[in-house]
Amino acid sequence: MSNLTTSEVKVNKSGQRIVSPDYLLFEAPREKFFMTGSEAVKEAVKRASVDASVSYPITPQSEAAHLIGELWVEGYVGVYFRGESEFGVMSEVAGCAMAGARTITTTSGPGTLRAFENFPMWAGTRIPVQLVLMARGVNSPLSIQPDNLEVGFLLDTGCMIWYAENAQDLFDMILAGFVVAEKPAVHVPVITVVDGFFVSHTREAIMIPPDDIALPPYDPTKAPMPVIDLEVPPGRFLRDPFVMKSNYISYATHASWQFEVRAAIERSRPYAKHYLRGLIEEFGNPEAEIVFVAAGTAASQAKEAVRLLKDEEGIEAKVVKLKTLRPFPYEELRASVKNAKYIFVPEFNVVGWMEREITKWLYGYSNATIIGAPRVAGGMTMPAEVIVKEVLNYVKES
Amino acid sequence: MAKLGPSGFSPYPVAIIDKVLNPPPGKALLFDELVDEEVAMREAAKAMLTRENPTIFPGPQVLYAWNEDAKKKAKQVKELAQVLNAKIIPMYDYRPKYPKINPEVEINPNHPNLTIWHNNIKACIFIGVHCHYANVALKIIRAETDCFTIAMCSLEGHEDAMITLRDQHPEELDKFIEIAKQVKAELGK
Repeated sequence: MSNLTTSEVKVNKSGQRIVSPDYLLFEAPREKFFMTGSEAVKEAVKRASVDASVSYPITPQSEAAHLIGELWVEGYVGVYFRGESEFGVMSEVAGCAMAGARTITTTSGPGTLRAFENFPMWAGTRIPVQLVLMARGVNSPLSIQPDNLEVGFLLDTGCMIWYAENAQDLFDMILAGFVVAEKPAVHVPVITVVDGFFVSHTREAIMIPPDDIALPPYDPTKAPMPVIDLEVPPGRFLRDPFVMKSNYISYATHASWQFEVRAAIERSRPYAKHYLRGLIEEFGNPEAEIVFVAAGTAASQAKEAVRLLKDEEGIEAKVVKLKTLRPFPYEELRASVKNAKYIFVPEFNVVGWMEREITKWLYGYSNATIIGAPRVAGGMTMPAEVIVKEVLNYVKES
Repeated sequence: MAKLGPSGFSPYPVAIIDKVLNPPPGKALLFDELVDEEVAMREAAKAMLTRENPTIFPGPQVLYAWNEDAKKKAKQVKELAQVLNAKIIPMYDYRPKYPKINPEVEINPNHPNLTIWHNNIKACIFIGVHCHYANVALKIIRAETDCFTIAMCSLEGHEDAMITLRDQHPEELDKFIEIAKQVKAELGK
């Protein structure tokens, strides 16, 4: 919450040396560690000059919020407290951000649904909050196991939605997420999604930069709305609900406001491309006619299926991994499937929200057959062999 | 109903519908075209000097002396208004006004068209308005009026304005004032 400009700040409040986002993400030397996805969250937050975090430490979700609490004890996070419920947490997070704090929290599953009203409110108030969403089942019926149905619910909240495949992605996306979300022309929340349990609870090798360097602090004076500062103009203007205050054109205001939030997500596109090194990643034979389009763990498993198809069946295939869902990388997707005859969309949910997205954006741009399979849910895994079987069945039938 | 620019009367954001994003540093937007800053400044001055009832809408970031740049810009806005023969109508805060705004004396981002209709404003400059409120207002103005909108933004710009100039600090404002003087002389105004 410093009023100093980036160039004037040499160290943050934790005593870490301030470096540019490009240096932290692309140039700083990295060392290999073996850690869980939740621990990767802690390591990213440690290097992110975070002002505030609020948690509702319900179990079982992940220990990520608890680990951010440890960072507060160690002096790396300015403010840390527990909310009364998930709804309370997301509301309190909004308060911190409106006051000009760089803020992060985590949630998953039913907690996401309980807090849901807050997500479009976050977007509408243009706060660059970061939510690490460790997706797991929702009450359909209640499950605590991996399932990403809730991500489909979040798509149109006005938040940016990025999807990490593994702990490495998650670490880098958390840091990049703050940078992109806080751009003055963007300035909407970012939800960094990762599949619960598969990534949050398992250990893997991850390369991370030293912990004595950190992102530049957030500069709220560049926010597209004044921060709530009752002492210092021009920040002392409350945000009245316009609908109740004017019979004149309030409908147009509301429409324009909502459109503006979506426009802000569009403005994030060039920044996200830079800091994520592209909005998609391709794996396998670039010219393949069999293409998997997926995000998260489904992309990991599809990569294994590509290897199996090539090694055991002599069939060429490729994976198009989507790193962002909002903004949706439609141009990249259309270019990447230009040779496709079959597009498989493996998903960890029963409704196939990803297939709906792919179908919508490819309508009129691809003659490929889009197959919403395989789908698993409620905690099931998606073995690569199951994906291969799906492809072989389909190819044989056609 | 607006007839200006390729987006016409659309209330939709050009970032989504027309894929027009803010200009990169050093450049400006003239409708949906990337141009040099000088070109945009000349066109902005021309619009203000040739259209009816040109008006500058200064926002809180230049109306209140919250930093040194704001103090300089406030003086520059007054000078600019004289050069462009323009009125100044402030957007001094963002709170919706109940029961109705007084369009003689202020403009509000939630119903900016009321001020523009009332004063028959055909060209305007937004300066010192926080980006979100500028963007909300600029979409409504394009949808509801035929006012030519110019945004002078100290940050990344506003693609929903018909001309957007980014990174506009006191130095750039001085440059705009000089260009406006030249255009005024050329037009014999």
